[in-house]
Amino acid sequence: MNKKRLIGPQSQDKIFKLFAIGCTSIGLVVLMVLLANIITKGFGRISWSFFTNLPSRHPQESGIYTALAGMTSLLVITMAVALPIGILSGIYLQEYGNRNRFARIIEVNISNLAGVPSVIYGILGLQVFVRVAGWGNSILSGAFTLALLIMPIIIVSTREAVKAVPDSLREAAFGLGATKWQVIRKIVLPASFGAILTGVILSVSRAIGETAPLIVVGALAYVPFIPEGPMDQYTSLPIQIFNWSSRPQQGFIANAAAGIIVLLLFTFILNGVAIYLRNRWYRKISG
Amino acid sequence: MVPENIGLNEDTYMQYKIEAQNLNLYYGAKQALANVSIGIHSNTVTAFIGPSGCGKSSLLRCFNRMNDLIDNVIIEGNVFIDGINIYNKTVDVFECRKKIGMVFQRPNPFPKSIFDNVAFGLRINDNPPKSIIKDIVEEALIKAALWDEVKDSLQKSALALSGGQQQRLCIARAIAVKPSILLMDEPASALDPISTAKIEELIYQLKDSFTIVVVTHNMQQAARISDKTAFFYMGELIEFDETEKIFTNPAKNATQNYITGRFG
Repeated sequence: MNKKRLIGPQSQDKIFKLFAIGCTSIGLVVLMVLLANIITKGFGRISWSFFTNLPSRHPQESGIYTALAGMTSLLVITMAVALPIGILSGIYLQEYGNRNRFARIIEVNISNLAGVPSVIYGILGLQVFVRVAGWGNSILSGAFTLALLIMPIIIVSTREAVKAVPDSLREAAFGLGATKWQVIRKIVLPASFGAILTGVILSVSRAIGETAPLIVVGALAYVPFIPEGPMDQYTSLPIQIFNWSSRPQQGFIANAAAGIIVLLLFTFILNGVAIYLRNRWYRKISG
Repeated sequence: MVPENIGLNEDTYMQYKIEAQNLNLYYGAKQALANVSIGIHSNTVTAFIGPSGCGKSSLLRCFNRMNDLIDNVIIEGNVFIDGINIYNKTVDVFECRKKIGMVFQRPNPFPKSIFDNVAFGLRINDNPPKSIIKDIVEEALIKAALWDEVKDSLQKSALALSGGQQQRLCIARAIAVKPSILLMDEPASALDPISTAKIEELIYQLKDSFTIVVVTHNMQQAARISDKTAFFYMGELIEFDETEKIFTNPAKNATQNYITGRFG
């Protein structure tokens, strides 16, 4: 029996389309309002001295110099730890690892680790690096914690990048008498370099924005000096923003907004570079 | 015809360039080759024909141990290349693959320059001086009938070439390592008719320097290019004889049915 429909398929199509457009605009509008709000509050504070001043009790004289310095040294050590371990693990799991049950369990776990809330990594870092290793609330503790946090991301993206290299290329190289290591070094790595780099850049932009784990492992909010070694105390841009935004004075709120603008710019630039590299690499692979 | 069962008699196996004896191959529980024995003479073109899944590609990949790369493959039996059993534990599989060039179904040039593609095999093996590499690359491209088309653009990406050119580049890449055998797995099936004709002509010319085994789905192609033809069905070698005889007066009914298009 043919039931008569209340709305025909064509109208359903239109309604769904409108609904989807509505949902998309909600996200976009919220983002725009947020951006506009931050830019109007903080744009006036951005000047050369904002980048070169140390933090101060007076909002007008405060700057993000120590936060930038702390963030840079933090990232350098984080990457020095996470990159080799992450990339090599990714290559091992994809190219050498057996396809057995154990490998699948590891695979699922690494993907899950990439989604664990970052504060959990902070608590792990607090116990392992700050207390057991005895590094205190130093840059080293923070960097190792962040390294743990982004390692799963690097492993997963490296694996995806290596997996995307067509098997036909591997076969061609093996057919010419290449060993496994030659195939990886001369074919797989050059072909997946752009995609691996993309993953790395995205993990950097993740590390830049992380606040929670750093608070747990003891990044300080007020550091009136530049860290000189890996065992020094430090602050980072997100921590500085967090601190300023919890102050009552309007001036510090403006500082926080200006800090957010700087942080957002960093992330946008990093993501932009990542997208550019991915497109370039894709063209190279597909001819 | 190949004798039903060839013993490990030295007199018999040295007369063939490639010889498989009682070869069984399993992918996990699925048997892909059943007791295949075949002998291929030097400087001939042999065509492997048969319906999809009949084991012809599997056999081809046994000749340079490419099946080693697949998980869960079990191979029983022997394959002799120049009288040496390549499945012997003392055989260096990488050395073995160097002596046996392979060309695949889809052209698979590396995302590198034309020159670097052809030079790849040299560089990963002996890595001779630059001047020698240059000479060998030129020689290989001339042999693969590609030199005139690419001699002015050797540094361009190989991916910019047409499909037919890419396949000839892959042949050049394979012969640059100076193998004595060329295995071709449906080398023209992804190409247009003109490119296919070029590849076929090339195969005919390369016969002087190489022993060539071609897997093909195209029976006219098998008839045009090969000296001998082997017909496979369900993992078994049904018939192996002079190409002319296979296509005009096959001994087995199954062969007759397949080449006349009654199945497959």
